Amino acid sequence: MLSSEQIFEDKIEREIRIEPKDWMPEDYRKMLIRQMSQHAHSEIVGMLPEGNWITRAPSLRRKATLIAKVQDEAGHGLYLYSATETLGITREETLQQLHSGKAKYSSIFNYPTLTWADIGAIGWLVDGAAIMNQVPLCRASFGPYARAMVRICKEESFHQRQGFEILLTLSRGSEAQQKMCQDAISRWWWPSVMMFGPPDEASPHSQKSMQWKIKRFSNDELRQKFIDVCAEQVKVLGMKLPDEKMKWNEETGHYDFGEINWDEFWNVVNGNGPCNKERLAARIKAHEDGAWVREAAVAYAVKRSQSFNTA
Amino acid sequence: MEKKSAPADWPLWEVFIRTRQGLDHKHAGSLHAADAKMALENARDVYTRRNEGISIWVVESRHIHASSPEEAGAFFDPANDKVYRYPTFYQLPDELKNI
Repeated sequence: MLSSEQIFEDKIEREIRIEPKDWMPEDYRKMLIRQMSQHAHSEIVGMLPEGNWITRAPSLRRKATLIAKVQDEAGHGLYLYSATETLGITREETLQQLHSGKAKYSSIFNYPTLTWADIGAIGWLVDGAAIMNQVPLCRASFGPYARAMVRICKEESFHQRQGFEILLTLSRGSEAQQKMCQDAISRWWWPSVMMFGPPDEASPHSQKSMQWKIKRFSNDELRQKFIDVCAEQVKVLGMKLPDEKMKWNEETGHYDFGEINWDEFWNVVNGNGPCNKERLAARIKAHEDGAWVREAAVAYAVKRSQSFNTA
Repeated sequence: MEKKSAPADWPLWEVFIRTRQGLDHKHAGSLHAADAKMALENARDVYTRRNEGISIWVVESRHIHASSPEEAGAFFDPANDKVYRYPTFYQLPDELKNI
């Protein structure tokens, strides 16, 4: 007779999705809760830097697009929180972990959006990196996560295109607009490259995650793929990526690139990025300011059910 | 003698079936049953006789709240004029690859 553990490992081996009611190792459950809630938090916190520009979008078209994109991020956060709840943790607990700082979100959102061009750079680079990360997650071994990712990837496809379109428009504009475009690319490039996480040898969860087929590619593999794609795309903009050492390598068939500033990465992860405090404070404030809405909804539901019972 | 409960008194259940591993459960139909166990067994017999499923959910129909077909027009209207939610809305040069 096979043990629960053997059945689980066999399913992983044969690419059979693990579903919430199936037996799973405690570490698998914990790893998923950590990764999926972190992913959900990133979608939600990710609304803040972009939301900053909704009122100042340069045209109605751009404004409608930006609102639609931020709405999508809220939806993606919800898909992921719900999928996380199937693992036995409540919504309240996951939010609590975000607000207390116990759970992380993607460090990229701790950088400020200084100009309109940043909205373009975020769409092209940040969403581009996110898509590169997320497409393989559509095949993650945990069913609810994989299915949420399929939906998310389908919806995200416009995010990157609208970003590139913004940059393309600026790149064909006045000298000031072109400068703004280059400045945004220069500021967002390295943080985007860091989005794939620490190098493989310094990534504590990677190996187990790949063994359990949650992740399919290592941080460094995905990072290389992202750099190769962007190095070509930037030519269409006539702009430059801020890396003097970036060069096509005939032998490897990839672009070589310069040193990544990992001190900066860890510094931001550990709470000392330009906007960490601001982002978390904004999130907590939104949650607390929204308390009366949640209370009113419950009070209304109770009142309705009472009048229904006495009717 | 106690009156025998007829199937008509049994509640209605909605049946959701996962046809293959990895996919989500989809609505397949409904049936009457006295309790959840019977509903599951009947659903198995009615809807998966040819291996159409690997997992079944049953939910009492009274727990399902549906949007109203008469109001569908106004209800779904907000999505009708938002063409910018689709990737094809954005015009990009052909030489741009992998986006």
